[in-house]
Amino acid sequence: MQPSNFLPQLLRTAGAWAVALLLFFPLGWLILTAFKTELQAIHVPPLFVFEPTLDNFSEVQRRSDYLLYARNSLITSLGSTIIGLLIAAPAAYSMAFFRTKRTRDILMWMLSTKMMPAVGALVPIYVLAQTAGLLDSLTALTIVFTLSNLPIMVWMLYSAYKDIPNEILEAARMDGASLWTEFRHVVLPLSVGGLASTGLLCLVLSWNEAFWALNLSSAKAGTLATLIASYSSPEGLFWAKLSAASLMAIAPIVVFGWFSQKQLVQGLTFGAVK
Amino acid sequence: MNRLLPRALMAPAVLTLFLWMIVPLVMTLYFSFVSYNLMQPGDHPFVGIENFQYFITDPDFWPATWNTLLLIGSVIVITVVFGVLLALLVNEPFPGRGIVRVLLISPFFVMPAVNALLWKHMMMNPIYGVLADLWRFFGAQPVDWLTDVPLLSVIIMVAWQWLPFACLIFITSLQSLDREQMEAARMDGASSFQRFFYLIIPHLGRPMAVVIMIEMIFLLSVFAEIAITTNGGPGNESTNLTYLIFKQSLMNFDVGVASAGALFAVVVANIVAVFLIRIVGKNLD
Amino acid sequence: MAYLELKNIEKSFGETQIIRGVDLEINKGEFIVFVGPSGCGKSTLLRLIAGLEPITKGKLLLDGKDITWAPSGKRDLAMVFQSYALYPHMSVYDNMSFALKLAGVSKGEIRAKVEYAAQTLNLTQYLDRTPKDLSGGQRQRVAIGRAIVRAPKVFLFDEPLSNLDAALRGNTRVEIHKLHRALGATTIYVTHDQVEAMTLADRVVVLRDGLIEQVGTPLELYDHPANRFVAQFIGMPSMNMVAASAIPSFSAATGGRLPSDGFLGVRPEGLRVHPKQAAVSGVQGRVELIEALGADTLIHVDVGGVPLIARQNERTPLHAGDDVAVELDPSVLHLFNHEGRAVPA
Repeated sequence: MQPSNFLPQLLRTAGAWAVALLLFFPLGWLILTAFKTELQAIHVPPLFVFEPTLDNFSEVQRRSDYLLYARNSLITSLGSTIIGLLIAAPAAYSMAFFRTKRTRDILMWMLSTKMMPAVGALVPIYVLAQTAGLLDSLTALTIVFTLSNLPIMVWMLYSAYKDIPNEILEAARMDGASLWTEFRHVVLPLSVGGLASTGLLCLVLSWNEAFWALNLSSAKAGTLATLIASYSSPEGLFWAKLSAASLMAIAPIVVFGWFSQKQLVQGLTFGAVK
Repeated sequence: MNRLLPRALMAPAVLTLFLWMIVPLVMTLYFSFVSYNLMQPGDHPFVGIENFQYFITDPDFWPATWNTLLLIGSVIVITVVFGVLLALLVNEPFPGRGIVRVLLISPFFVMPAVNALLWKHMMMNPIYGVLADLWRFFGAQPVDWLTDVPLLSVIIMVAWQWLPFACLIFITSLQSLDREQMEAARMDGASSFQRFFYLIIPHLGRPMAVVIMIEMIFLLSVFAEIAITTNGGPGNESTNLTYLIFKQSLMNFDVGVASAGALFAVVVANIVAVFLIRIVGKNLD
Repeated sequence: MAYLELKNIEKSFGETQIIRGVDLEINKGEFIVFVGPSGCGKSTLLRLIAGLEPITKGKLLLDGKDITWAPSGKRDLAMVFQSYALYPHMSVYDNMSFALKLAGVSKGEIRAKVEYAAQTLNLTQYLDRTPKDLSGGQRQRVAIGRAIVRAPKVFLFDEPLSNLDAALRGNTRVEIHKLHRALGATTIYVTHDQVEAMTLADRVVVLRDGLIEQVGTPLELYDHPANRFVAQFIGMPSMNMVAASAIPSFSAATGGRLPSDGFLGVRPEGLRVHPKQAAVSGVQGRVELIEALGADTLIHVDVGGVPLIARQNERTPLHAGDDVAVELDPSVLHLFNHEGRAVPA
């Protein structure tokens, strides 16, 4: 590196770090507060140096309804991911390998259903759920999550299948593979990565989902999103515990997010940015 | 067999998505033309366009529309402008780049509910919040964010969450920038600023369009942040269309009017979606 | 009876007809090369034989059986793809044994066959590696090995050398030739490179626009091209083609057999270029360019506006711009009528 490059490089590095820390600050503050006592949490001026404690986490764990909500989040996220994959994978497979003139239109139509605002379906879905007795049920939430994420899953799996070179499949055919053999021995192993990242993205989106969770559930089927939301009225001395609860609620997903950056870009922009 | 199998494979997805699209749409259409209140059992007489009139003449309607536009517009401007700048900053390698990227990306994956509470209690609380401390540090009177500037507070929260998204998109796109083109421009004597304007901005044109449109679609549905922090208030100062419809349907229980409003939102979203689909479609083959 | 027969094969993709009626008989053990310019349909024809595309019209017979509608896996054919198409997630051993495994062959037999093929192709030490750890040449050998192991009735090669660099191409070409002599298997080989066609083939099939222009041994095609297209396609540099009216003294040398609206063809080695002063006979011309290749020398001349190329094995003292006389060897003339078909000599 030439010496004349040093100052700009230094400025750039310092600038990038400064901005990153600034942007991350609210999240970082949340993490710090989770390890404080309640008194430390509301201390004025705010404390940066303190003795960390794990009391908040154990306290939150002891509250059984936290575990209930966490369990609901897990069930609805996993459920919608698995069901979504089961529905989306065959459809994507069909569109990638048995392409017809209408394939493109169907794919575009599927994407367009994702683009409609959820609020447009709020009333009918609420009424339907109420009529079917499914209000405040995990079933309703899982179904709605699945359908919300289905277009993105179909798109991402389609993309993954298309990445498999056609000639490899032809080679399998010449080697005597039936359609099922082709799928089992060639397509499946080569698309496992795509399936995993699609599932991961669906997991993230379902876990964070707030609109439907808040509107379709209350006491029994509430997810972590609803639990957190119920703390919206200030109750004074409880911020440390709230931070701990929040941290536990978001930590796995944020970590997943770090690993699925590329898939996120592809999935949420429907492949328009590569 | 050759024609049946593909159709059978696609059937579940196509069928469920079709129902997911059609059933709510038809129901909403129906509800918008009848008088239906969840609290009042009985039949639903046809009322023509009364619901639409009611929705539009609701004193909250125009403020909500205006707020929606303001919210979407501000967040888009903030995220795109700073997203581009940040992406450029992080584009070249430097020590700790990986960690910086992780830090920058994180806010996007935070649950909107946590996001709302984080800002409401941690940052914006006028007594105990971090921002209040900061204001006091500089000798100024802390701002009561959620009461005095509710819409701005919501804008800040949402922009904080979506900035990483825009940033990530632009970072990805910058990686496909043609190095040789930049070098040729440098040899032709173009300054950094000129290279930025004539090469980088056009290259980012497409991702910018995609970011703007995706954000338009998702920002139209901003809900959790408002519901958890300001409840649309004070008054209707931070109510957006989505919250207004929610209020009508699940708080006033007036399904008819809410449906009229929902149709309005769907039309708006449709317009944006048409453009987005065209861009995505070009990329599909 | 022929081993592999193509009867009036036609292929259309929607409105466009790619193969417009091909009849061909291939004998057992023959090395057949399909050659032609891009878009002529040679790869499509190969894929039709392989069963990767359905035949629109016509029949395909192999060893007496009609395989027109048989699925690819049941035709007892093996194909070496242009991009090799190896299974990226399988080792070389698994790549080569996949077909046999599917056919239910016993593990012991599979091992024997794969190891034998690996030995023939010098792949034994790579059997445990995956394709991404191999070089281009090695991958290609695995692709060939995958085909050999199956001992099919016919081998199909789709431009196998086009992804290799020049040096490797030459070596591999020789190896394919030797392999054919050792195995004696019926082979159909597609290429756009006429050098490969000339050196590898027992018979060459020249294709253009979905039709066969000519079938014959390499030297038959070289010495007796049936039309202008084949004449100019085979041979490097291509045959000089002169309109009958362009160089009257050349046309006169045919003794009136050349139609007045026809074309005269003469290969570069059929022309002799002499410096003007030393010339006794011949047409006047000027040197445009000299290409000294070492073993051969190519002299580009302009004769009355007509560009010609002459070839000789001696070095030349001539330079660009020199005035020369160009002589014709009448015994190697090719005559073509107005439609381009050869006139018997």
